[in-house]
Amino acid sequence: MNEIKEKETKPTEEISDDMKVLDDLTSSEYKWGFVTEIESETAAKGLNEDVIRMISEKKNEPDWMTEWRLKAFRYWQKMEEPKWANVHYSKIDFQDISYYSAPKQKPKLSSLDEVDPELLKTFEKLGIPLEEQKLLSGVAVDAVFDSVSVATTFKETLKEKGIIFSSISEAVQEHPELIKKYLGSVVPYTDNFYASLNAAVFSDGSFVYIPKGVRCPMELSTYFRINSQETGQFERTLIVAEEGAYVSYLEGCTAPIRDNNQLHAAVVELIVLDNAEIKYSTVQNWYPGNKEGLGGIYNFVTKRGACRGKNSKISWTQVETGSAITWKYPSCILQGDNSVGEFYSVAVTNNFQQADTGTKMIHIGKNTKSTIVSKGISAGRSNNSYRGLVKIGKNADGARNYTQCDSMLMGDKCGAHTFPYIEVENNSAKVEHEATTSKIGEDQIFYLNQRGISAEDAVNMIVNGFCKEVFKELPMEFAVEAQKLLAVSLEGSVG
Amino acid sequence: MVNSKEFYIENFKTFVEKLNGQSKLFLHEIRKDALKQLAEMDFPTNRNEEWKYTNVSPILKQNFVPAVNTSAPDFSKEEINKFLFNDFDYHLLVFVNGIFSEELSEIGALPKGVVVGSLNKTAKDNPQLITAYFNKISKTDNAFNALNTLYAFDGLAAIVPDGKVLEKPIQVLYLNTSRDDLVLSQPRNLIVAGKNSQLSIIANYRGYGEKKYFTNIITEVFVDERAIVDLCKIQNESDKSYHIEKVQAHQKEKSVFNHYNITFGGAIVRNDINSRLDDQNIETHYYGLYLAGGKQHVDNHTFIDHAKPNCMSNELYKGILDDNSRGVFNGKIIVHQDAQKTNAYQQNKTILLSKTAAIDTKPQLEIFADDVKCSHGATVGHLDETSEFYISSRGVPQELAKSMLIRAFANDVIETIKIEPLKEQINHMIFEHLHRVEIVNSEESR
Repeated sequence: MNEIKEKETKPTEEISDDMKVLDDLTSSEYKWGFVTEIESETAAKGLNEDVIRMISEKKNEPDWMTEWRLKAFRYWQKMEEPKWANVHYSKIDFQDISYYSAPKQKPKLSSLDEVDPELLKTFEKLGIPLEEQKLLSGVAVDAVFDSVSVATTFKETLKEKGIIFSSISEAVQEHPELIKKYLGSVVPYTDNFYASLNAAVFSDGSFVYIPKGVRCPMELSTYFRINSQETGQFERTLIVAEEGAYVSYLEGCTAPIRDNNQLHAAVVELIVLDNAEIKYSTVQNWYPGNKEGLGGIYNFVTKRGACRGKNSKISWTQVETGSAITWKYPSCILQGDNSVGEFYSVAVTNNFQQADTGTKMIHIGKNTKSTIVSKGISAGRSNNSYRGLVKIGKNADGARNYTQCDSMLMGDKCGAHTFPYIEVENNSAKVEHEATTSKIGEDQIFYLNQRGISAEDAVNMIVNGFCKEVFKELPMEFAVEAQKLLAVSLEGSVG
Repeated sequence: MVNSKEFYIENFKTFVEKLNGQSKLFLHEIRKDALKQLAEMDFPTNRNEEWKYTNVSPILKQNFVPAVNTSAPDFSKEEINKFLFNDFDYHLLVFVNGIFSEELSEIGALPKGVVVGSLNKTAKDNPQLITAYFNKISKTDNAFNALNTLYAFDGLAAIVPDGKVLEKPIQVLYLNTSRDDLVLSQPRNLIVAGKNSQLSIIANYRGYGEKKYFTNIITEVFVDERAIVDLCKIQNESDKSYHIEKVQAHQKEKSVFNHYNITFGGAIVRNDINSRLDDQNIETHYYGLYLAGGKQHVDNHTFIDHAKPNCMSNELYKGILDDNSRGVFNGKIIVHQDAQKTNAYQQNKTILLSKTAAIDTKPQLEIFADDVKCSHGATVGHLDETSEFYISSRGVPQELAKSMLIRAFANDVIETIKIEPLKEQINHMIFEHLHRVEIVNSEESR
């Protein structure tokens, strides 16, 4: 009798073991954040026209720029905070935020030995090269090394090709004609609540200009914009690819970033002319808040690209693992004939994180194509929503869209949602949409276990397989890091 | 002209006078609540997410006189015959402008204890049969619902007690028309299937005449344990009419509810079909087919609410849009945290036959349980040129080839209907409605 009983109880034990591992994996805390005390010049809290004038003045901006900010601010005052997203948070007091904070010199550490060993371990796990580790953790870079550092070489090569890669404040001074022409042309200051706020108070950001026919020889990354490594609260990025140009831009990094600013409202604008292509990859790993859902960054981002030219292409790839609340929809306006828009996304939410993310594909030109692949993974008590729009305009003959959004649930307290809007006004269009939601496969875990692979490795393998289609779109180095990041995000204190 | 909300509230007084002592019935208390609700509500606009793609302002521009305040038009049996589905046995109920017509109906023999007839009569004779369900299954979601409840007077009452099986389907003909005034018909239907019971209803909505009218319906369905209910709605109202219906089903353990929704007519059509799966091992099937031409606007909103574990829902909606018509589909599925082992599938496919037809579709999944299998798919396209070419190359005229492809597309939905003669008659209506060459079933033509 006893024997039989034992046999009977065994499988249940295994299940509970599995559950335990899952539980451990999904309840891991964000261990890797770090805060650096930096002296900074901070404006008093609150927002009014004087503050905006002050920001503009600090940046030594021309009058037209100040005027633009003020227009945005006046418009913003009339707007209401959007409520439609599937996220919940306490009301933000916009007068309780300081809108200007210029970081002064960071305290330089003399070597990596002084850096928090925990942090170094994470870097190692993510496979970040030594020099980048130094850069990220604020270690002074050896002067000799610096002269040959990747960054400097990069800058020279870019200059030779006529590529402009600078901060947006610099660009306002040096290339006002380009900024005047393109800034706000894709995301006007009237666009939405957070975009207007950003237009009024944006601190800084990147400006990239690829001249006609130039193929940018390397991946441009915010890492290497030496003079402004700080992630601003209100970033503004503008990338212009002239005819036949190509650029691949990397934003963010896999390394965890902790920031004292709770609200982040960035704007990214892409402009692509005839036969040009922009590939924009993001890895976002901001502080998601603790296990109880306290703290964490609110990430409200407006990202949009305009395929203005014929045969132009925009490809968005994003890996979203951080932030308490993510609210972003990288979109493509496919104006030019034969233009192509792509969106590949992995969004992971854990604990109390909330993500409402997706894309908009607006087909206007003829024979335009778009592909959407979205993978959502929810664990803990998090909520993960895909919200997308595919719009085929009246004149978009031969438009084609393929959408696939899959969700994976880990644990019984999380949620996965899809809100796809499909609007078709042209009968020559072909639109396909597919979505599935399922639990992480127990039989798959079992199969891997049985071959001697531990439960947590099994979960990592399955999740990585689930996201494969998106990872393969990332630049190589990024893809490797992203895979590891995913493991870290879902991993417990174990290894 | 007063705005329509005030007009309807004002007209309520006339209605109360006409009630003739019936204002003491329980129904009237519910109407009075609805009056309060309507007074506080506004009719939905495009700013309301649920009505984003459907503009109802044309309906509100005119004041439709509630049918209960007008004199009922007369129809002879011969006149209504052409609106009926035939070649099979059924219990027939006829409602003219939402009010039961004793003369035109042929209910026939019913099993003992089964009530099939007029809601008004049942409310008077056997109120105990309906008080537990009436207005308790459907909650007022919008002003149209409140408007229906405000004038709730007549409609189908089908009450099947435990263990009874209705062998023959019930065919309900709702014939709507305007004579002098523009008429608002508001059938209010209540279907209650007791434990282990079974019934099948064909709800046949038809329009008569050239004048505008507005039909605003609420159908409440209660499916008790292990009961099976088939509700097949075929709507062919006249071209200028407006048609709004809300179906709200409440299902108990191991019950099955099949809803078929076939739309042909109406200038602006809105269907809300909602099921609450509030017990285990429930099955729900929704099948829809909508054909629109001219300037028709057809909006189907479905909502399946999975509240308990081990249930299954399956949804298939297909649309064929021609000319300047516009289709809207919104399929919402919520799987609650308790509803583990849920299987929920949904498909929405649309064909645009003309360059100016348009579709807005939104399949929406909200899932809070992890051990589920849920999927949805949506496609929008046009008739496949290669298939068309293949058929044409075999000597079939092009128009006929197109019809063959349309027939094939609609077939997935038509096939699910269980009554054979009904399938053929619906098939005929498809081609009649789209003004296209008809494909006759090969066996029949032989």
